[in-house]
Amino acid sequence: MRHLTLPVLDLALVASFTTVANSDTAANAAMLKAIEARQAQMQLYAFNLGQLGAMAKGEMPYDAGLASAAAGNLAQLSNLNGAAVWPMGSDIDSLGKDVTTALPAIWQSGSDVGAKAAALREAAAAMQTAAGESLEALQGAIGAVGASCGGCHKVYRQSDS
Amino acid sequence: MRRLMIRLTAVIAVCGLAAWQLSSPKSLPEAALADLVGDADAGEQVFHAAGCASCHAAPEARGDDKLVLVGGMRFASPFGTFIAPNISSDPIHGIGGWSKTDLANAMLYGTSPTGQHYYPAFPYGSYVRMKLRRDGLQDLANLHAFMQTLPASETPSQPHEVGFPFNIRRGLGLWKRVFLDDYWVASMPLESAPLQRGRYLVEALGHCGECHTPRNPVGAPINAQWLAGAANPSGEGRIPAINALDWSEKDIAYYLETGFTPDFDSAGGHMAAVVENLAKLPTSDRAAIAAYLAALP
Repeated sequence: MRHLTLPVLDLALVASFTTVANSDTAANAAMLKAIEARQAQMQLYAFNLGQLGAMAKGEMPYDAGLASAAAGNLAQLSNLNGAAVWPMGSDIDSLGKDVTTALPAIWQSGSDVGAKAAALREAAAAMQTAAGESLEALQGAIGAVGASCGGCHKVYRQSDS
Repeated sequence: MRRLMIRLTAVIAVCGLAAWQLSSPKSLPEAALADLVGDADAGEQVFHAAGCASCHAAPEARGDDKLVLVGGMRFASPFGTFIAPNISSDPIHGIGGWSKTDLANAMLYGTSPTGQHYYPAFPYGSYVRMKLRRDGLQDLANLHAFMQTLPASETPSQPHEVGFPFNIRRGLGLWKRVFLDDYWVASMPLESAPLQRGRYLVEALGHCGECHTPRNPVGAPINAQWLAGAANPSGEGRIPAINALDWSEKDIAYYLETGFTPDFDSAGGHMAAVVENLAKLPTSDRAAIAAYLAALP
């Protein structure tokens, strides 16, 4: 027990010391957590889109129940409040491309990132209606979802790197 | 001494004349498109495949505004910043007064109606391969007919922000002569019609190599590294290689339709605009592009 506690205590001490020494570190760590969280949200988008896309592409048999579930998840994801996971300054210029590819334009004046999010919500809602209906309806709805992803990535994400 | 001066002057004069000759702009014979009647509906497909609106629409244009080809988008490069001109149907500020031949000379040779060289930010180095396909000139006539139907804008074009020596347009004639290759790049035999269509879409109309092929220090494409990926001319990020994708043809075609990669990430940057265009083409065209890319050695 003793040899477990000590290093932990040490770590805590070191952590608190660096926090005092450099007050940026805590803010930075909070920012990194926010970035991790939004990247996880993006992965959930990709996973659920993957189910719908595999059916649309004919790589997986169409299943109305599975399609509805994936589309429902997508719609819910698009309705999460993003304010806390997109703090100002959590961009590629401040933190580097290994941490995030989000462009500072997201937070600058003239940003229409809210409209981009609304476009995604709209496309995801349409998909939610279509996915359980038929394969053709699903295939018809997925283009708009892709266009809304691309609409935001086109202007607010550094492409490749 | 005097004789030497005379000789030297003569040599300089001959070299100057030769450079002037070699840098002269190329153009089609006046009658080349005379018999062709443009079909505007067919031209719309050419317009999307060639990606005209992606560079010539207003920077923030959405939806139908993308058909107002007012220009103004800025393209940073190591040579300066190029600003897309107005190519709307306005006869004064746009190209509404152009004949089919004027459009063809611009797209194939980078030659303006008054015989000036265009900068190769305008991808005539790719469009020139339209000549190699039987329907290529018909496609130009169709595109001309379609562009005449688009709205006019009276916004004047802005001058490019390019410094010396690149601001001497005549010099582009020599650049074109040395660096432009108007034959197909892909060396493998393409027997099937879809593969040939794919090559036409990738190498000519879609001008994929303009971004995906690296350039030499004076901005000419290095075709020995065809579609091998390149630095982004804006200075940020890299443009990926597409000559050795480990995606299936179906994956590629689906990406070009929806922007979704096989992992369901989505296209970003300028590629998102390319996907918007390609999504408007028939399924067979996206499949043809995928077949071509998959067939690259």
